[in-house]
Amino acid sequence: MNRILKLATGLMTCLMLTLLILSPAGAAPAQKNLILATTTSTQDSGLLDVLVPMFEKQTGYFVKTISVGSGQAMKMGEKGEADVLLVHSPEAEKTFMAQGFGVNRRLVMHNDFLILGPANDPAKIRGLKTAAEAFKKIAQAGALFLSRGDNSGTHAKEKGLWKAAGIAPEGQKWFQQTGLGMGETLNVAAEKHGYLLADRGTYLALNKKRHLGLEILVAGEPKLLNIYHVIEVNPAKWPKVNHAGARAFGDFMVAPATQGIVGSFGTKEFGAPLFFPDAGKKPESLGL
Amino acid sequence: MDLIFDGILQAFRLLFTLDREVLGIAWLSLKVSGLATLISLVLGIGLGTLIALTSFPGRKVLVSLVNTGMGLPPVVVGLFVSILLWRNGPLGFLELLYTPSAIVIAQSVIATPIVMGITIAAMQNLPANLRLQILALGATRTQLVWMLIKEARLPLMAGVMAGFGGVISEVGASIMVGGNVKGYTRVLTTATVMETGRGNFDIAIALSVILLLFCFLINYLLTLIQQRERPR
Repeated sequence: MNRILKLATGLMTCLMLTLLILSPAGAAPAQKNLILATTTSTQDSGLLDVLVPMFEKQTGYFVKTISVGSGQAMKMGEKGEADVLLVHSPEAEKTFMAQGFGVNRRLVMHNDFLILGPANDPAKIRGLKTAAEAFKKIAQAGALFLSRGDNSGTHAKEKGLWKAAGIAPEGQKWFQQTGLGMGETLNVAAEKHGYLLADRGTYLALNKKRHLGLEILVAGEPKLLNIYHVIEVNPAKWPKVNHAGARAFGDFMVAPATQGIVGSFGTKEFGAPLFFPDAGKKPESLGL
Repeated sequence: MDLIFDGILQAFRLLFTLDREVLGIAWLSLKVSGLATLISLVLGIGLGTLIALTSFPGRKVLVSLVNTGMGLPPVVVGLFVSILLWRNGPLGFLELLYTPSAIVIAQSVIATPIVMGITIAAMQNLPANLRLQILALGATRTQLVWMLIKEARLPLMAGVMAGFGGVISEVGASIMVGGNVKGYTRVLTTATVMETGRGNFDIAIALSVILLLFCFLINYLLTLIQQRERPR
């Protein structure tokens, strides 16, 4: 029995040692770690690959970017498992704030959602003015529509648009949910020649790399705006959150220098900016 | 087809130009999965031998559990390890979530039953008289276990390979407990998922090719060790 005990303690020591060796950089204090929960679109478009290293250099924080849908990002905030959120699901964000999970919600930037579809446009929605009309026609034609189905900001927007169109698409044969991120869902739609709702940034970034064969059919309605906010997780609810870091990240996102980069990001590569900086503006000024 | 060739070319370009990010990702994969395999080896062979050589009530149930564990889905492990490691979870004070250590823990949980199951089978496959023979030659308990492990080294090495192959190729747990943080917890599999999502198919293919190369090299090495002296 003694030998087994010795063996077990030896094992545990080995385990602990190896874990220690792998622990983050050793010297850095724990509160240097900042967990940023954000949407797949900010990561898939490459924007955060530019902004996060700048922020780390300026402030010395180490940012762990966890890229999930806006829904999951806010759940992480609710549980105090993230310090700061960069999300685009305004209705859900309002509930999040009202329940006291977040503080200091600030407008960062916007781009817009597009209704994309195959070039031959079987449901004949090209050039329609509103998403509601387009969705109605897609439903009438029974044309394949790919939904994110993952509670992300894009999915929330899409559900709102279906509701506004007075259609319950769930369970219909032409309505398929991928449960994947924006980039992957665009790929699925491209392969299956389906319609979908996508944010302009991810679409432009992806279409540049690989011709998707999907065209912008409906765009420009104020309802199709895609608005990003930065929210600090409420430290009063969760004492363990790194609130100083969250505040610093929020300040960084709305700082004029950062906003300049947001506004020019992608112009060189895609010929048009992927995001429009909005810090300090009122949401109403965007036409909501 | 062009895409695949381009991807393979890209893989060698990235390897030979020593692309720092890719090398970092590959090195982290190797380190994390190697360490997880080592831990699972110690735990798996240790406990597996113990189970194989003893008899106790409920042993069959336990062995069935271990055998079921050989097919433990990585996402399930990822989910439970995340919940345990959450800041406000039971092990939150360790502050391990979204660190390479968290991936090592999850991968160890995945690999241990694989190694353990193969160990149990390997040990039980040894001739029953062997134990008596070794004991009759005056071996102590420790010597006996050591001899048996040496005798079963061929299937045990197969267990090592299965364990390593299982963890270096899994993505579900790594992405959940590691978070795919750039330059920190991004491993080959999670990077492949991300690059696919971004539409960078050439890089995704390149990463896959590197992953396959790695798996081959490691398994080649292990096979060399395994086949070093052929059993009589």
